[in-house]
Amino acid sequence: MDTEVLNKCRGWLTELFQARIHGRGGQGVVTAAEILSIAAFIEGKYAQAFPTFGSERMGAPVTAYCRIDNHPIRLREPVVTPDALIIQDATLLHRVPVFQGLADSGYVLINSAQSIPDLGIGELVKPLPPEHCCTLPATALGLEHIGRPIPNSALLGGFAAMTQLLKFESVAAAIASKFPGSLGEKNVAAASAAYRLGMERTMTHAKAS
Amino acid sequence: MLRQVETSRAIAETVALCRPEVVCAYPITPQTHIVESLAEMVKAGQLQPCEFINVESEFAALSVAIGASAAGARAYTATASQGLLFMAEAVYNAAGLGLPIVMTIGNRAIGAPINIWNDHSDSMSMRDAGWIQFYAETAQEAADLHVLAFRVAEELSCPVMVCVDGFVLTHSYEPVDILCQNEVDAYLPSFEPRQVLDPAEPVSIGAMVGPEAFLEVRYLAHHKQLRALEYIPEVSRKFQEQFGRISGGLLRTYRTEDADTIVVALGSVNGTIQDVVDDMRQGTSAVGCVSICSYRPFPLAALRAALGSARRIVVIEKSLAPGIGGILSTDVRTALSGTGIQIFTAIAGLGGRPITKASLRTLFESAEAGKLDELVFLDLHSELIQRHLERESKQRRSGPAAENLLSDIRILAAQIG
Amino acid sequence: MPQPLVKFYQTGTFTVGNRLLQKEDASVQSDELRPNALTSGHRACQGCGEALGARYALDAAMRAAKDQIIVANATGCLEVFSTPYPESSWRVPWMHSLFANAASVATGIAAAMRVKGRPEVRIVAQGGDGGTTDIGLGCLSGMFERNDDVLYVCYDNEAYMNTGVQRSSATPAAARTATTPAIGSQPGNAFGRGKSVPLIAMAHRIPYVATASVAELRDLEYKIEKATRMQGARYVHIHVPCPLGWGAEPRDTIRIARLAVETGLYPLFEAEFGTITERNPIRHLMPVEDYLRLQKRFEHLFQPGADPQWIRSIQEIANKNIQEFGLVTEATHA
Repeated sequence: MDTEVLNKCRGWLTELFQARIHGRGGQGVVTAAEILSIAAFIEGKYAQAFPTFGSERMGAPVTAYCRIDNHPIRLREPVVTPDALIIQDATLLHRVPVFQGLADSGYVLINSAQSIPDLGIGELVKPLPPEHCCTLPATALGLEHIGRPIPNSALLGGFAAMTQLLKFESVAAAIASKFPGSLGEKNVAAASAAYRLGMERTMTHAKAS
Repeated sequence: MLRQVETSRAIAETVALCRPEVVCAYPITPQTHIVESLAEMVKAGQLQPCEFINVESEFAALSVAIGASAAGARAYTATASQGLLFMAEAVYNAAGLGLPIVMTIGNRAIGAPINIWNDHSDSMSMRDAGWIQFYAETAQEAADLHVLAFRVAEELSCPVMVCVDGFVLTHSYEPVDILCQNEVDAYLPSFEPRQVLDPAEPVSIGAMVGPEAFLEVRYLAHHKQLRALEYIPEVSRKFQEQFGRISGGLLRTYRTEDADTIVVALGSVNGTIQDVVDDMRQGTSAVGCVSICSYRPFPLAALRAALGSARRIVVIEKSLAPGIGGILSTDVRTALSGTGIQIFTAIAGLGGRPITKASLRTLFESAEAGKLDELVFLDLHSELIQRHLERESKQRRSGPAAENLLSDIRILAAQIG
Repeated sequence: MPQPLVKFYQTGTFTVGNRLLQKEDASVQSDELRPNALTSGHRACQGCGEALGARYALDAAMRAAKDQIIVANATGCLEVFSTPYPESSWRVPWMHSLFANAASVATGIAAAMRVKGRPEVRIVAQGGDGGTTDIGLGCLSGMFERNDDVLYVCYDNEAYMNTGVQRSSATPAAARTATTPAIGSQPGNAFGRGKSVPLIAMAHRIPYVATASVAELRDLEYKIEKATRMQGARYVHIHVPCPLGWGAEPRDTIRIARLAVETGLYPLFEAEFGTITERNPIRHLMPVEDYLRLQKRFEHLFQPGADPQWIRSIQEIANKNIQEFGLVTEATHA
C-alpha cells in the first residue's frame, strides 16, 4: 500500500478530504455532515460542513458536504470532486447523479440491505477499489438501536470503518454531542454496530488482498 | 472557546454576549437559526435582562427596535432579502434618527423571481440608507463583527448592518472561537445614548425638518460616515489587541504587494478567491486579492492605496445594477479614478449560483491574457439566453420568462444526458 | 362611565369643571396646574378637534401615571402641527418614527422600560384614523395580539386630513372627500364600507377598549385614566371633528361631536377582554340630519336632486348602532 493510503488508514490527512452525503429530507443528511465535521474537530482537524437547500420538504433530495483538512478551509464552493460519497437513500441512485465527480480512489457507502451488483450500479463503481465500495443496512440498524428508521448515525459508523479517516471514538463523541441523553446513546449504539460490520468487511478485504 | 458550531449559532451566542436588552425579529430564510437561538437563550434565562419580542412583520421588527433604542435600550434584529425591503422605510428612519441598532443580514437574493439563496442584492438595496455595512468573510468574522458593530454603532450613534452570506456562511458548520462574557464586557461598555426618551427630561424626537435645515442634517450623516472611516480601524485594532485576532477593519489584502492583477470582492467568496490566488501563484501569475469588510463607509483612500500599483483589477460581485453592470465595481472605479488602471467586472453567484475555483481561475487568466470583456457574467448559460430571446421574438404571448427558462434547463439537460 | 347621569347640564358656556366638586372628581382640564402635555403654540387649525382631544387624553394619562409617560406618535396632522421645526409643543418625552409603526415603536419603548426596571412609566401610542385603521393596522394587531403594555389612542377625524382630506377606511358613508367627490349617482363615500377598529380591538380580546368623544370631556378623561392604570394592550378611539376637512365652523367642533354621539352615529362604550361592559346612553336623541347639516362634506345630501334614501340610509346606520349597543334607555329623552 502506498504512503497516502497508509496515512489515511492511520487517520492522518495529507490533504483536503471531501465527503458528499446524498439523501432525502427527513433522513438527517445535514446532521450527518455536521456530525462528521464535529468528529474531525475533536481530532484537532479543521472541518467545514454545509448543506444545499431546496425549498424544504420531507422526501425531497438533499445534499450535504463536509470538508476536512489539516489547515483552515477557505473554499466556499460545493463539493464537485468528492473523495467519499455517503448515500442515505438508495432510491436516489438512478434519479440523481450522485456519482458525479467521484475521485478514482473514492469511497462509496450506500444505505441498503442489497449488494452493490443487486443495486444495479456494479458497472458505475467498477473503477473503484472493491474495499472502497460498500452497502450497509443502516435503516435497519437505526430501527434496531434507535427505534426509528434514521440511517445517518449508522452510516457514519460505517464510514469510519471503511475509510479509517477518523477514529470511531471521535464519531461516537460527535454523535453524543449532537443528541442529548439516551437518544445520543442509542445513536452511538447504531453507529457502533455499523462500525463492527464495517470493520469485519475491511478485515475480509485486507485478508483477501 | 473554540467550538465546531453552526455560524448562525455562533452569531447568536456572540450577540447574546453583547447584552442586548431588546431582541425582536420576524422569521425569514436564512436568518431563522439566529433568532431561534436567541429566543431559546432568553426563554432559558441565559440571556437576561432581555426582552425577546415575536413581531408580526419585518417592518414591525425594526420599528420595535427603533422604539427600544430611542428609550435607551440596546436593540438587535436580523433579516434578509424581502424582509429587508419590507422594512425599508424603517431602515432609513433608524439611520436618520441616529439610533445605534445592530442588524444581521443573512444575504439573500431579492425576487421576483423568488429565490432563497445567497447574493448581495438585499444589503446593496439599502447601501445608501445611512447605515454602516460590514461584510463577513469567514464564520469567525461573522461572529466577531457583531461585537465590533455594537461598539461602532453606539460610539457614532449610527445603526450597523452585519452582512453574512446566506446558507454559505449562516448554515455552515465550522470551528469558531466564541468569546467569553467578561472579555466582551471589557470591550463593549454599556449603552450611553446621545438622546433618550425619559419622563425626567422630556425631548421630542422625529420632528419634521424643512428646506432650511435638511441639507445640513444630511451633511451631518455624510460626516458621520467619514468619521466612521477613522473609527472602524481603531476599534479593529483594539479588538486585535484584546482578543489576539484580526476581525473587521476597512479591508484586508492578500498577496497584493507585487500583484499585477488584484481581485476585489465582498464576503465569503474571498476564501475561494484566496485559494485560487495561491494556486495561480504556484505558476507565474502575480495575482492578489482584497477583501472589503466596511462597504459603507466605502474605504476610498484605503482601497486606492491597496490597488494603486496593480495593472488590472477584477471585481467579483454578487450584485447587479441592470442596465449598467456592477454596483461594487462602480465604487471601485471611484476609488481608482484618474489612475488609468483597467477594471473588469464579473457578476457572479447571483441567486446562489456556486462560484467555483475553476471558473474563477479561467476568469483571472483571461484578464491576465487581455482576453476579458469589461463586464462579464460568470458561468452564464448562453444557450438558455438564446432560446429565451428567440422565443420572445417569435411570439408576443411568450409566457412567464423565469418558468420558461427553468423548463429549458430540463430540455437542454435531457439533450446532453 | 359608571356615574349617575346628571339630567341638568350647562350648555352655551365655556365652563369646564365645577368649583363645588372635590379636586379628584374635577376634570384634569379644570386644574390651572394641568400638565398641558400638548401646550400652546402648535399650528393646528382653529377649532381642531384633534388638538383638543390630544391635550385632553394626554393630560388625563399624565394624572393617572403621575407624569410618567412616553408618547410614540404616528405621522399625521397631530405630529406635523405639534412639531413645526424648530419648535415642539410637547412637554412629555415624545417620538415620531413613521406613519404605520406607532404601535410597534411603543412596543419597543415599553420593552425598554421593562428591561430597565421602570414599570411605572406608561407608554402611549397615538395616531389618526389613517395611521391606525389603514396603514398601521398590521402593527396595531401585532401589538394587541402580544398584549404589549401600550395604550393606543386613535384620534378619528374620518379622513387623511394632513395630506388634503382623502378618504380612509374610517370615512363615513356619503361623506365627501378629495377621493370620494360628491358627484355621480352615488356621491361621496360608498355605503357598506369601513372598519370599526374598536370592534377589531375587541376581537383581539385585549384588556380594555373604549370609544370617546371630545364632546364628553369627563367621560374621555375617565376612560383614559382608567386605561392608563391598567396593564397590557389597551385601545381608546376618540372622535375628533375636523372643521377644515368636514367643512364645518370652527366654533361648532364640540357641538358636532356631541351630535355624533346623540344621533347614535358614534356610540360611546367600554369593553374588556372582548365583551362590552358599559355603554353611555344617549341623553337627548337627535335625528341624523341635525348632525349632517352642519358639515359641508354632507351638503350634497340636502341639495335639489338629492336622493332622500341617502339620508334614510345614514339614519338606518344610526338606528342599528342604537339597537346593537343599547344606546336608548329610560334615561334618554327624544
